Amino acid sequence: MKSKLMLTSAVLAFVAGAAQAEDLTLCWAAWDPANALIELSKDYEAQSGNKMSFEFVPWTNFADRMLNELNSGGKLCDLLIGDSQWIGGAAENGQYVKLNDFFDANGISMDAFIPATVTGYSEWPKGTPNYWSLPAFGDVVGWTYRKDWFARPDIQAAFKEKYGRDLGVPATFAELKDTAEFFQGRDIDGKTVYGASIYTERGSEGITMGAMDVLYSFGFNYDNPDKPYEMEGFVNSEGAIAGLEFYKALYDCCTPPGSSNSYMGEGVDAFKSGQVALQMNFAFTWPGFDTDATVGGDVTGYFANPAGPNGDKFAQLGGQGISVVASSEKQEAALTYIKWFAQPEVQAKWWKLGGFSALRAVVEDPGFVASAPYAQTFLDSMAIVKDFWAEPAYATLLQASQKRFHDYVVAGQGSAKEALDGLVADWTEVFEEEGKL
Amino acid sequence: MSDPLAHRVASATPPQLAHRIRGLSDRTIAWLFVAPTIFLLLAINIFPLIWTIRLSLTNFRTNRPNNAVEFVGLENYRKILTDEDTWIALQSTAHFLIWTIVLQVLIGFTLAYLINKKFRGNDLWTTLIVLPMMLSPAVVGNFWTFLYQPQIGLFNYFIAFLTGADPASFSMIGDVALAPWAIVIVDTWMWTPFVMLICLAGLRSIPPSIYEAAECDRASKWRQFWTITIPMALPFLMLAVLFRGIENFKMFDLVVQLTGGGPGSTTLLTSIDLKREAFEKWRTGYASAYAVILFVTVFGLASIYVKALNKVKDR
Repeated sequence: MKSKLMLTSAVLAFVAGAAQAEDLTLCWAAWDPANALIELSKDYEAQSGNKMSFEFVPWTNFADRMLNELNSGGKLCDLLIGDSQWIGGAAENGQYVKLNDFFDANGISMDAFIPATVTGYSEWPKGTPNYWSLPAFGDVVGWTYRKDWFARPDIQAAFKEKYGRDLGVPATFAELKDTAEFFQGRDIDGKTVYGASIYTERGSEGITMGAMDVLYSFGFNYDNPDKPYEMEGFVNSEGAIAGLEFYKALYDCCTPPGSSNSYMGEGVDAFKSGQVALQMNFAFTWPGFDTDATVGGDVTGYFANPAGPNGDKFAQLGGQGISVVASSEKQEAALTYIKWFAQPEVQAKWWKLGGFSALRAVVEDPGFVASAPYAQTFLDSMAIVKDFWAEPAYATLLQASQKRFHDYVVAGQGSAKEALDGLVADWTEVFEEEGKL
Repeated sequence: MSDPLAHRVASATPPQLAHRIRGLSDRTIAWLFVAPTIFLLLAINIFPLIWTIRLSLTNFRTNRPNNAVEFVGLENYRKILTDEDTWIALQSTAHFLIWTIVLQVLIGFTLAYLINKKFRGNDLWTTLIVLPMMLSPAVVGNFWTFLYQPQIGLFNYFIAFLTGADPASFSMIGDVALAPWAIVIVDTWMWTPFVMLICLAGLRSIPPSIYEAAECDRASKWRQFWTITIPMALPFLMLAVLFRGIENFKMFDLVVQLTGGGPGSTTLLTSIDLKREAFEKWRTGYASAYAVILFVTVFGLASIYVKALNKVKDR
């Protein structure tokens, strides 16, 4: 009788479990970490009984596709790992589920994550404890360099002769430009190489991410810290103008021919093919270099953004948080995924698979720095991040900077001051339309 | 009954159905036949047009469903027409439109003229020439970015071979002066075969007897070309210009793939600008006004052109 009862209970539990099993769709960009997430999610499927489906969109179309989905109230995505700048719009338009109650109920504390990622990926309004996502993938713009070329005695001697100092990881942006200039057009093993690959892409967000990565350290600020949205003298400060002039100079002097529309993929190609000595790119690309047959191992070195003329060091934040889409009919199941994903052991495995965990228990682990050659650079970079506007009108603000920067840096139209004055005018108009000015 | 087929059909119609159809007037039956088409036309053309015009008078943003939609009158139209960027985009579009049409008509007609002459391998050449227009614009855009690549691109090497310049010394899609021509070259490569086919149809429609009569009158080949060939092929040429003009006014995919509108805003055609306003900045009302302005422009120009085309045909 007892065994019959147990059998019945087991069958009922199985049936109940089967009835609750959901097919969840997670939407993200199509890139290497997405493949790692598929692998990681197999554990979730095994534990929960839910089935995971994935919708990955190439980066250049990611914002178009996913914002369209959110704006139309589409039901394609139950979970969305959306870009950090979307948080304001998604929160204010009710497109993401607010997670505060869920975090409280499940003992998930935002203090457990790197503070910059909480501010960047989860909070809206910024600086307030209103959370719309769980930090999922920490990312930041940094640099890779050809360690093997830097170590060659003939190259070191030539550099010292020209600049009177040792060739090494640049400590300032001025040194970075010297280094890039030194390598530009240089013959290495019978092949012409170039200085640096930097972001210049026009269509989505490329040149803004690249230029901002430099401008911050030169003194650019989005607005007056004491008077939000007051941009005159901050966006177009003397330091910001010098920073934009520097970025153009770097583009003109030291990039490979045909670099007028380069972003992450083009940067990876340029570096892996041995075309450039230095490469600006998001940290997510680094595991791919480390395991690459050509530039893997000791061939590649990593460094965080060097300092600007006044010693300031900042870097452009990348990365995303994972959110539950408000129009999803499977919100409860989607929340179980976030609960599972927040666990320290899952986050530790995430890092091992190539995902950049933002959990402090992972990155502050004594073994973290030694776990990968780029781990220290990742930590250094994450400590100095700044992010683009995360306002609901971020897309309009972004398009304005894309145009202003590309017109000046790549097309060579006007001056840096005119570009930034124009940007202040564009952004002022946007905030006036938003009723924030 | 004089028509046996009609008689057979009438007698085969079931009496009940025949009675019902007999109850409808010819006019009603005609309306029944065209009603589905009219409904579809209203649903997918007229209604969206009216809706777009309505949106163009508001500040509506698709990504702000919670915001109040306000009537702004003609403000969006004023902003667009006084925006310097709009005129720059229109200039880029005009440059692209004019040069692609000029080149495609010249080369397309020349190719058609040559193909129209009977020679060995005529069919093979025709097939080879029309291959580019069978490809997807996205594919064409993608592989031309490789052809234009300064370090490995065959186009640069070809120019370098002809001029002796360093292939890496110029970038077709990265240089402000060259990029507008880069997109003209690719569109011309892809769509000249289409113009050629239309011109070929025009040339083959000219009766040989007219040339024979001209030969009898001792008209030179040059004279025959200008007084017979060109005037008789002109309606076809004009039709090709109309098709290419409309297509290139709304050119998007090929140019986005090639240059993304850059460098700077050098190749930012109106359709790309419109798409960015509508689906990247999400200024739906503003973009609707932009679309209405472009629609009126194309519709107006095309109407004038079609009238001219009809006059040429009636000559």
